[in-house]
Amino acid sequence: MSEAPANFDEMYAEGGSVRPAYGGYCEWYDQQDPSWLKRKHREAESNFRKTGITFNVYGEDEAEERLIPFDMVPRVIGAGEWRRLVRGIEQRVSALNAFMYDLYHRQEIIRAGRVPQRLFQNNAAWLQQMVGFTPPGGVYSHIVGIDLVRTGPDEWFVLEDNARTPSGVSYMLENRETMMAMFPELFSQVDVEPVATYPRQLAKSLAACAPPATKGKPTVAVLTPGIYNSAYFEHAFLADQMGAELVEGSDLRVMDGRVQMRTTRGFQPLDVIYRRIDDEYLDPLTFNSDSVLGVPGIMDVYRAGGVTIANAPGTGVCDDKAVYSFMPEIVEFYTGEKPLLPNVQTWRCADDDSLAYVLDNLEELVVKEVHGSGGYGMLIGPTASKKEIAAFRKKLKTTPENYIAQPTLALSTTPIFTKSGLAPRHVDLRPYVLVSPNGVDITPGGLTRVALKKGSLVVNSSQGGGTKDTWVLKD
Amino acid sequence: MLGRTANGLFWMFRYLERAENTARLLDAGLRMALTRDHTKAKEEWRSVIVTSGQKVAFEAKFEDDYSGPNVWNFILRDKENSANVLSTFEQVRTNARLVRNVISSEVWEAVNTSWMQLQDDLKRPVAQGNLGKVVGDVRRAGMQVHGAMAGSMLRDAGFHFARAGTFVERGDSIARILDIKYYLLLPSLSYVGSSLDTGQWDNVLRSVSGDRAYRWLNAGEIDARGIVEFLVLDDRFPRSLAFCHSALRDNLAALARLHHNEGLCNELMRDADTEMSATTIDDIFDTGLHQFLIDFSNRNNAIAAAIAEDYRFIA
Repeated sequence: MSEAPANFDEMYAEGGSVRPAYGGYCEWYDQQDPSWLKRKHREAESNFRKTGITFNVYGEDEAEERLIPFDMVPRVIGAGEWRRLVRGIEQRVSALNAFMYDLYHRQEIIRAGRVPQRLFQNNAAWLQQMVGFTPPGGVYSHIVGIDLVRTGPDEWFVLEDNARTPSGVSYMLENRETMMAMFPELFSQVDVEPVATYPRQLAKSLAACAPPATKGKPTVAVLTPGIYNSAYFEHAFLADQMGAELVEGSDLRVMDGRVQMRTTRGFQPLDVIYRRIDDEYLDPLTFNSDSVLGVPGIMDVYRAGGVTIANAPGTGVCDDKAVYSFMPEIVEFYTGEKPLLPNVQTWRCADDDSLAYVLDNLEELVVKEVHGSGGYGMLIGPTASKKEIAAFRKKLKTTPENYIAQPTLALSTTPIFTKSGLAPRHVDLRPYVLVSPNGVDITPGGLTRVALKKGSLVVNSSQGGGTKDTWVLKD
Repeated sequence: MLGRTANGLFWMFRYLERAENTARLLDAGLRMALTRDHTKAKEEWRSVIVTSGQKVAFEAKFEDDYSGPNVWNFILRDKENSANVLSTFEQVRTNARLVRNVISSEVWEAVNTSWMQLQDDLKRPVAQGNLGKVVGDVRRAGMQVHGAMAGSMLRDAGFHFARAGTFVERGDSIARILDIKYYLLLPSLSYVGSSLDTGQWDNVLRSVSGDRAYRWLNAGEIDARGIVEFLVLDDRFPRSLAFCHSALRDNLAALARLHHNEGLCNELMRDADTEMSATTIDDIFDTGLHQFLIDFSNRNNAIAAAIAEDYRFIA
């Protein structure tokens, strides 16, 4: 084999034996001609270019379309492992939705003293307009992405909850399509759970949350900011796969108490809107009055039961890392059970004791902004320079409530394909979760993000991360 | 279907047709330039710029330096020519992205791979030895997209909006090409009996890829009247005005059926129908070819505007 993994490696156990989940894959891999694999590696990229699976990046003058690098070695999860994850995710997602209902209604959890009031008072994603309103079907987050990391055979942790607008699901689907096109024989040798059911499940689960005003079969649309948005490909892809309309704000208008779209036959009402624009742009009458992306008056229609907005406005409260730090309490409060999936240990810098500890141990910790995302605005102590650490120390002292800190985890590795063979790289996992009144549905698989640079812990595509096909094995 | 989506399909196919027609013009221009002496070759290239409607923009940059490389690079890729083939094709792709959820993945991939090919072809100035290949790639792009359409697209409103875009653009472009060359086709000229330039006539046919079909139908005989009759009235040839007219009529009728409603565009189409079916080659030579072409273009534009209005292309 190649380089020795420094952390828990998901393919190779100590001593170089192959772990059971990867048995089928490795058997196949060892029979392949390395130069043929190299050719396939290049073929994968041209396939992504051809199908246009790109994201837009904005530079100085013009928009550029980039590919997220794809690694052709799958990330494999055994059937038993997956079942355990599913139970943990279901529990967490149910608690998240119950928490949001509570936050926007009686706030029992705050009355009970289990979480502090500042949790929503300091939370920019909190929406006064949602207070006392229950979304159709009682669902707040219809589509949730739970980011998981692993450090050992049975050690999985939740790193982040994405209850607002989790993206990347198109990569889960296209990565699988690409793998099946490139290595059909592999899929006849190894039994892998399909992921292609996701768009159908999404359509079904959105339709199940149709608002009271719906007549007949619900009309579903994906609302996109437009072709210049970085995730436009995904918006179009999902609309296409669901057989739904792909609308922009300029196509919509509030008429007769409904949100209606301008079709070639005139205006027609929409029932469920899967929106991929942020809360603040949703309704210029209610939020940002400069927004041209949204629909004036949509919030009034929403509150009167004329339309379903997925995910519900105000769900961003749960993406806040201060809320994350209370998730163990939140899960216990609403489910009456201990969390099946633990959080990563987290110090809230708002607490004096924690802050003191964090300041003393900056070199070993990862510090994150409470409202940050995408891997920006964070400090990775062990790899940071003295100057960066000093700068963070200053920021922490000035606005401690804006930060949390976590230990630097020994993230698991999975091999990627390199010119010199397989080499371990750190990975995380984002399974996609659908919530409807009929229950929670988790697609067996997800998006595995991989830090392509040796030793790097940052998997974000904006910072040199790639993706892999994620396999959940059948029993 | 959304009005904006219908608009996207309509324009996606207008731009596709435009890119292809421009490539045909270049092709014909190259052929002429190669068969002429040096001074006349320049005149041919000048005529290509004039026909494509870029005289002002070209002369702003090159004054009267109508050399071949100046002309074809200006038409294919020059940023100072906003209608260059590369950006026209980029418009095709942008519109295809806009309507991505109503076109088949075959159509999308045909557009996207063609765009990648053209980007590669036109990264740097095109040398004469490469011009044929580049022009071929543009034409092949059109054929691939149309082929993917024919083989994979649902025959619903979207298909007919796309086809309407194709034939509005084609009719417009052919009328323009004929109008710019009309002095070559005047009957008076053919009576002069002086050394008639049949090469020029051939070039007119070649600009719309009609030379082979014309020869086949006329056993190699070539005259001005025959060419006009062929390019204007022969509805067997897919790049004649009569063909564009009836194809547009059929697609608009299909849209009206699908929408259970006739609009202004159908009404204008009926008027145009009366005009076209009553026209003979003698009428055209009596009223003047130029006037006939102007009338055709005006009707064509009015129909295009009515389609956008009837089907709520824009808010």
